[in-house]
Amino acid sequence: MANAISEPGKAPASLLGQAIKEAVFTGLLTFGLFLLYIGFKTDQDISNALIIYGRPGLLAIFVGIAAVGRFLMVLFVHPWAKARKDARAEVPVHDIEKSPSLFHKHFLKIALVALLLYPPVIVSIYGFQGSLKFVDNFGIQILIYVMLAWGLNIVVGLAGLLDLGYVAFYAVGAYSYALLSSHFGLSFWLLLPISGILAAFWGMILGFPVLRLRGDYLAIVTLAFGEIIRLVLINWTDVTQGTFGVSSIPKATLFGIPFDASPGGFAKMFGLPMSSAYYKIFLFYLILALCMVTAYVTIRLRRMPIGRAWEALREDEIACRSLGINTVTTKLTAFSIGAMFGGFAGSFFAARQGFVSPESFVFMESAVILAIVVLGGMGSLTGIAVAAIVMTGGTELLREMEFLKHIFGPDFTPELYRMLIFGLAMVIVMILKPRGFVGSREPSAFLKEKKAVSGSFTKEGHG
Amino acid sequence: MDYFIQQLVNGLTLGSIYGLIAIGYTMVYGIIGMINFAHGDIFMLGGFAALIVFLLLTTLFAGVPVALALLVMLIVAMLMTSLWNWAIERVAYRPLRGSFRLAPLITAIGMSIVLSNFIQVAQGPRNKPIPPMITDVYHFGEVTIQLKQIVIIIVTAVLLTLFWYIVNKTPLGRAQRATEQDRKMAALLGVDVDRTISITFVMGAALAAVAGTMYLMYYGVAAFNDGFIPGVKAFTAAVLGGIGSLPGAVLGGLLIGLIESLWSAYFTIAYKDVATFGLLAFVLIFKPTGILGRPEVEKV
Repeated sequence: MANAISEPGKAPASLLGQAIKEAVFTGLLTFGLFLLYIGFKTDQDISNALIIYGRPGLLAIFVGIAAVGRFLMVLFVHPWAKARKDARAEVPVHDIEKSPSLFHKHFLKIALVALLLYPPVIVSIYGFQGSLKFVDNFGIQILIYVMLAWGLNIVVGLAGLLDLGYVAFYAVGAYSYALLSSHFGLSFWLLLPISGILAAFWGMILGFPVLRLRGDYLAIVTLAFGEIIRLVLINWTDVTQGTFGVSSIPKATLFGIPFDASPGGFAKMFGLPMSSAYYKIFLFYLILALCMVTAYVTIRLRRMPIGRAWEALREDEIACRSLGINTVTTKLTAFSIGAMFGGFAGSFFAARQGFVSPESFVFMESAVILAIVVLGGMGSLTGIAVAAIVMTGGTELLREMEFLKHIFGPDFTPELYRMLIFGLAMVIVMILKPRGFVGSREPSAFLKEKKAVSGSFTKEGHG
Repeated sequence: MDYFIQQLVNGLTLGSIYGLIAIGYTMVYGIIGMINFAHGDIFMLGGFAALIVFLLLTTLFAGVPVALALLVMLIVAMLMTSLWNWAIERVAYRPLRGSFRLAPLITAIGMSIVLSNFIQVAQGPRNKPIPPMITDVYHFGEVTIQLKQIVIIIVTAVLLTLFWYIVNKTPLGRAQRATEQDRKMAALLGVDVDRTISITFVMGAALAAVAGTMYLMYYGVAAFNDGFIPGVKAFTAAVLGGIGSLPGAVLGGLLIGLIESLWSAYFTIAYKDVATFGLLAFVLIFKPTGILGRPEVEKV
């Protein structure tokens, strides 16, 4: 309130009036928006005919929350945000000069050590059986998305080609492993590179027709490509078993040591009690290693001529061609290398689940991965990792919120709201931080001195 | 031959629906250069509004004439989706208008997730079947044409004419075309750019609502995830016809409708979507800006 009063030229009374006006408007708008969808509910009765009934109470709650929220927003939050902005503007900007703190300097090392120590720490707290959930849902699940997003980052973030069908390569990798291992009994370690190569090959196949396309045409063709792969997986039942999927896929082994109860299995060999947690912990380190490989390759490639060509292509395709860069090979390598990492992640996914079906490779997955790349700040590996942790970890966390049942009653299923909240988070994060979590990136090439480039100077998606 | 004509009629019906949705995509793309991913879900919202109005009408005023019911459904659905698209544009797209290109795309994908999941939570995940509204059929030799197909084609034709008139002959349409060509210049010459963009979103949403109502009437069922597949197909239609071009969107929609029904009739139904997307890739290889799209002028 103090801020509101201190604001010059604007009496609090008029602010209050404005707040009331906007609250009424928001209330009316909410009433209009939700009148049909919240105000009425359709349901099937016993004879399967649709019936309809009103829910005026729920509608009133929605309208009330919106109106009160807007009122408080205008009266308190906006003046506060404005005051904060003004206060910041007054202080001259010296942030760039300030040397980064110890934590920031060694952030990557600290993060890596934390990740390496994560399974043992969790096991020592919760025991082997209790650690399953944390290692699997929060560790492996997030790291798969980190890896996929880093792979897509090569295509979207570095080469600036908007790809909405990335999940197709993930599917190619997963089905390569699933089919080749169950039909020919090949091992995970052999099939991991093969899946990557096959996915890269498909990346090339997709690359050829889209070479001449720009921006959004590229987007729709990649989307179509992703859908084609999924539809073929569903309909080619002789090979893929359609929507039933491929099940009982062999597990990965630790250099020939299987993770099962057999005498030669991991547990017996080291004289440990049998537990499924070993396999999960092994998978955790495996995906961590794969992520590290992806990051390492990305960082190295950015310094190589091809990486520079990608970034040049992203900034200006015409200038690129004028300077003699072969845009055909540049685009094809971006597509195939990005696809290769998708393929690696796919074969890992198949080995982890032991089951693949077309259900796992819907467009929504592509959208989620793209969202992670953009929310992370396009091209910044750290930012993308942060975005993956926030977005997937956040939604995983929602699965765990049993206590919400005590508040909203036993019928409340947080699962149902998971994607709703995910979508809202996407919108809100994008509006609040349009540049992503880490909005600036270090230039790969520089003249004389290294200056951090604000994300706003770089272009994306101009294929 | 009769079989072919039969499939042609079915294809045209489906194509009209796709064309109506595609116009929303193509207009928004033309005016602000953004793929409005949530448009398919706006179409779904329109279908649900029509469904709820239909149920209200049949429970409260039993025996209401079908034509009147359909008219009320159309009007309410159009109002509803217009309001939604207007609000979404205000909240999710306008703050990012000056930002980089992918930002509004991501919020649009986010809104698409929000809308379909909102309907799933608010109305339940099950399919909602309604009793058939129009059952009359006409026989021409071996060809059977349903009255609802005729209704769909006529409504589409009337709306397209009206729409063409608005865009080409009214001051509003002129403002839209000016904003499309050069937003800054249009603003300097006194066009209210924000308002024009809002109206574009509202118009696209209204047409999507018509498509949603027609879809509900034709198939007799609505579901929360109905928006995605028709949305993607309509977007494909818009790109196929040349994104940014209104006749292109309609042409693309009709083409896709025809391919779908003919492919299902003569080949396997399982791969009809593969055929659609394959055609898209094929056309774009030879004509990278779509059938009626203007070639992009490359400037340094």
